[in-house]
Amino acid sequence: MADRSSPWSLGSALRGMFAKPTIDENTWEDLETALLTADFGPDISEAVIDDLRSSVERYRTTDPRDLQRMLRESIEERLAKFDPTLHLSERPAIILVVGVNGVGKTTTIGKFARFLANYGRSVVVGAADTFRAAAVEQVATWAERAGAAVVRPQHPGQDPASVAYQTIEYAKRTGTEMVLIDTAGRLQTKGGLMDELTKIRRVIEKQAPIAEVLLVLDATTGQNGLAQAQAFIEHAGVTGLVLTKLDGSAKGGFVLNVQEKTGIPIKLIGQGEKIGDLTGFTPHVFAQKLVG
Amino acid sequence: MATFGTLSDRLAETLKNLRGKGKLSAADVDGTVREIRRALLDADVALDVVRAFTAKVRERALGDEVNKALNPAQQVVQIVNEELVTILGGQQRRLEFAKRPPTIIMLAGLQGAGKTTLAGKLAKWLAKDSHTPILVAADLQRPNAVNQLQVVGEQAGVPVFAPEPGNGVGNPVRVAKDAVKYAVDRQYDVVIIDTAGRLGVDADLMKQASDIRRATQPDEVLFVLDAMIGQDAVATAKAFQEGVDFTGVVLTKLDGDARGGAALSVASLTGRPIMFASTGETLDDFEPFYPDRMASRILDLGDILSLIEQAQENFDEAEALKMAEKISTDTFTLEDFLKQMQQLRGGSIKKMMSMLPGMGGMKEQLDNFDEREIVRTEAIIQSMTLAERRNHRLLNGSRRLRIARGSGVTVTEVNQLIQRFEQASKMMRTVARGGMPQIPGMGPMPGSHGGARNKQNTKKKGSKSGNPAKRAAEDAARAAGKQAALAAGGTGSGFGLGAGSKDGPSEEELASLQKMLGR
Repeated sequence: MADRSSPWSLGSALRGMFAKPTIDENTWEDLETALLTADFGPDISEAVIDDLRSSVERYRTTDPRDLQRMLRESIEERLAKFDPTLHLSERPAIILVVGVNGVGKTTTIGKFARFLANYGRSVVVGAADTFRAAAVEQVATWAERAGAAVVRPQHPGQDPASVAYQTIEYAKRTGTEMVLIDTAGRLQTKGGLMDELTKIRRVIEKQAPIAEVLLVLDATTGQNGLAQAQAFIEHAGVTGLVLTKLDGSAKGGFVLNVQEKTGIPIKLIGQGEKIGDLTGFTPHVFAQKLVG
Repeated sequence: MATFGTLSDRLAETLKNLRGKGKLSAADVDGTVREIRRALLDADVALDVVRAFTAKVRERALGDEVNKALNPAQQVVQIVNEELVTILGGQQRRLEFAKRPPTIIMLAGLQGAGKTTLAGKLAKWLAKDSHTPILVAADLQRPNAVNQLQVVGEQAGVPVFAPEPGNGVGNPVRVAKDAVKYAVDRQYDVVIIDTAGRLGVDADLMKQASDIRRATQPDEVLFVLDAMIGQDAVATAKAFQEGVDFTGVVLTKLDGDARGGAALSVASLTGRPIMFASTGETLDDFEPFYPDRMASRILDLGDILSLIEQAQENFDEAEALKMAEKISTDTFTLEDFLKQMQQLRGGSIKKMMSMLPGMGGMKEQLDNFDEREIVRTEAIIQSMTLAERRNHRLLNGSRRLRIARGSGVTVTEVNQLIQRFEQASKMMRTVARGGMPQIPGMGPMPGSHGGARNKQNTKKKGSKSGNPAKRAAEDAARAAGKQAALAAGGTGSGFGLGAGSKDGPSEEELASLQKMLGR
């Protein structure tokens, strides 16, 4: 994960505040600024600050460094409320990847395929994004880099559900352990496209249980992330979140809100364009890096 | 683009609380400003912009212009409106074409903002405008971006210049440079350069982008921004401004439900105009961005302003509808009478009446209007049994005596109340049928439907006309006057005074009014 000085960390925003000798009103204001700027959103920011204010009072501390530690613990505690483990015990373990346009679904699939291959699992990728131009080629390139097999649609614009079907058939036939299914990006407001997702899910479930439905969220997204999550949970039965693009300057604070409001845990984080830049999610490390 | 609907909903909700206040205290203003701040933050408007905005609104809301205004809440709405329009940007700017073709347009932005798709949309849009654009595949980073651009170009019917296969192979700066030469040779008049998505913090890639810029000297550099972006919009926009110094912004994915506060932030912090909006999946979902239109869209306050003027008071829409129905079906009871009275408490009746046209002469009478009268009336009605309240015809002498004792008044007062109630309900029936009640000391009020036609009828205090032709006219007028009655129902028609409101709001206005009132 990014190091302490990375732009992703809140560190620089907080440094000034923690360098001061005592906690005063300005400290709280700075903290609020830092949290809001990190996309935590007004609700969570307020809750975190209230929480910290009462802790500071309880322990009668005036040292900003205590506050920093408490902030880290508070965020970690919020993050750790949910279990970030991926459940991939079925064979084949079917993973459906969904999300809005441009959040990095295809890239995530490529990285995830490598991630699984590193654990010695055989992987097949189903290129069910039959809508966007050249999406099939893009995912195929990634799969090739990750050493995974690809099931392509036979003709452009083929029904994505049938590609998913064929992928699972392929996995069963060849005994492939992991099935990753890429889907076309869709805005959560498009009813028809969301129904298509429900159909893909239904078709897959007829063949085998779905192990995980991963919703990919872009860290640069703002409060709309929650609306995205809610819509995809409703239509695709999301079981885990993937937070991508953490290598930029966006902090992705909105996931805290998403996690808390929906109860769906963050399971993976992506932080770069290289194939190895995907890791499992650990609340402790995440909070540590974020707060510094 | 209903994208900004949620923002205007929030603001409307916020401003609703201010309605009906005669004077705004500092606390009122602070409370409202806090709500506005929250609404803007929820809409992903950058914190700095929110702060500047709320400070300005607060300052102006506490100033003289508001306190002297007839209706301070309206004034605050006005201020919010003005300030948002100011931020969203002055004027609309079109693409600037080079004097000597080709015009070079470079696209830059974060990964996944929608550059490649946008390149296709822009090309198609230009081609329709009888330009001859060419797309340049300078995104050699993302796997199969070149491929994607070729497919998009084919869909748009626009040629693609793609000398390099991409996927990390080739030098984008050279591709861009060659493309310009190629365009000059082949006489394409617009060159659209699709570059790789890059993060604002990636110094190497930012340098590459600025190299492309330097090598091609584009006439326009468009910063492609995802409407869903959060607070990072500021950092990103600034990094791109420093890195490639874009000349305009394109907002994409406006067809989603993101509140799009980023549009506000970027326009305010970089001073660059938002030039285009991308609103859907197909290549035709693309349109120029109109800041002024968008501002009024964000706020939706134009209508609200005029509707506030019409509504003026704390009336509850649902209640008013119910009331109007009751009046027109003759089931208006003492219970409803009581409810209406209670709505009028709090001094609002004076203010409301003073705003009605032609009421100036009654000012003195209004000032003498005793609020305690309402309390007494309430006591009397509350001393009745439910059955009595629903059917006042039950009230015989002994019941009246009991009520008088129960409410601590004399039987005469009870009698007076019942008389007043009977008059009021008659008057309202007339209004509901489009008639014009005669109130002593006042001429017919302007604008109410069918007033003149039914005057004769009303003079007889609502006695049913024996003339069938007249009855038919009455029925027709009733339909026309229903809208007026709606407005009247809530604004004190119990006293027959609300009928002075202007022409009833249209259905559409009513709908947005309902939204304004939070249903």
